[in-house]
Amino acid sequence: MAVAKQKLSVPFDYDKYLRKDKLPHIWCPGCGHGIVLKSLLRAIDNKELSKNDLCMVSGIGCSSRTPGYVDFNTLHTIHGRAFSFATGLKLAKPSLKMIIATGDGDAMAIGGNHFIHTCRRNIDMLIIVYSNAIYGMTGGQFSPTTPIGSIATTSRYGNVEPPFDICEMAKAAGATFVARGTAYHTQELERTFTEALGHKGTAVVEVIDSCPIYFGRMNKQRGASEMMENIEKNGTVSVKQVDKLPAEKTEGKLVRGILHRVEKPEYCEQYDKLIVAKATK
Amino acid sequence: MAEPAKKLPRIEISERRCKACSICVDFCPTNVLEIRGTTCVVKDLEACTRCQLCDLRCPDFAIRVFD
Repeated sequence: MAVAKQKLSVPFDYDKYLRKDKLPHIWCPGCGHGIVLKSLLRAIDNKELSKNDLCMVSGIGCSSRTPGYVDFNTLHTIHGRAFSFATGLKLAKPSLKMIIATGDGDAMAIGGNHFIHTCRRNIDMLIIVYSNAIYGMTGGQFSPTTPIGSIATTSRYGNVEPPFDICEMAKAAGATFVARGTAYHTQELERTFTEALGHKGTAVVEVIDSCPIYFGRMNKQRGASEMMENIEKNGTVSVKQVDKLPAEKTEGKLVRGILHRVEKPEYCEQYDKLIVAKATK
Repeated sequence: MAEPAKKLPRIEISERRCKACSICVDFCPTNVLEIRGTTCVVKDLEACTRCQLCDLRCPDFAIRVFD
């Protein structure tokens, strides 16, 4: 479906979903966040969702600037607490489709607790974790997903902390849809987002992203294009290929694609049932 | 009889939005684009195959390819 759309004489019009007066955005030249947002907007168009039925919530960070540029209902909240605000809003107005834009630091460090409990409740929302392995907005400190040995402002001789696997964490916490994509594989990411938007329950999509200004410059990856190529060549392997490839080719690589998908009772529905049962007693 | 002129695509680049990150230049398979100063410009329109890779990859919503 996505491929067929590419063949049209008029290219996809992103501007109908954007606040045009807020552009150009504040993301650095070559930052992958814009590419991820484009994939999301195409996925929203595939699902034919109305702008009024969507709500985008975010915390603090580079990724959390996303709601400022999209023309939906938007909420820019405090650091790591986007999940809590979104949970409240979803319970008050269950007809809204919630999308949370959050970064690796926002979701895994400051909001780690909120993240796991949102996954545990299986409340209907799409959580997009832009994982660029660094705190970009505050000057390049290492984050919970920075690989061992990487240089950051606060780890000048290399990071010694083992990183989090966001997808494993979401799965263990009880999320019912867990997927991973990259900013390089943009059409695959669009398909993943389309699937995730159709899922009823907590959907977590981790997106391997690039930060050329802080992470790239300190780790000898000069330029945005080089970082993108690194994501393709050394970063990930598709879930469809992982069993077929020899072990040495998949070693140390993350698996991308839809990793986990189950159907479980959704929180708002269960809550509504409880209210109806008690009120009609 | 002269051959009918090849229909060329139209590449729209917003100078206001472009940050010259050069992702479109490096990922273009036929070298259509180049960076000039602080913006990306079309260097060789005839080489364009309308593959839309620049449109897909531009992080700044700056480039669009019309058939």
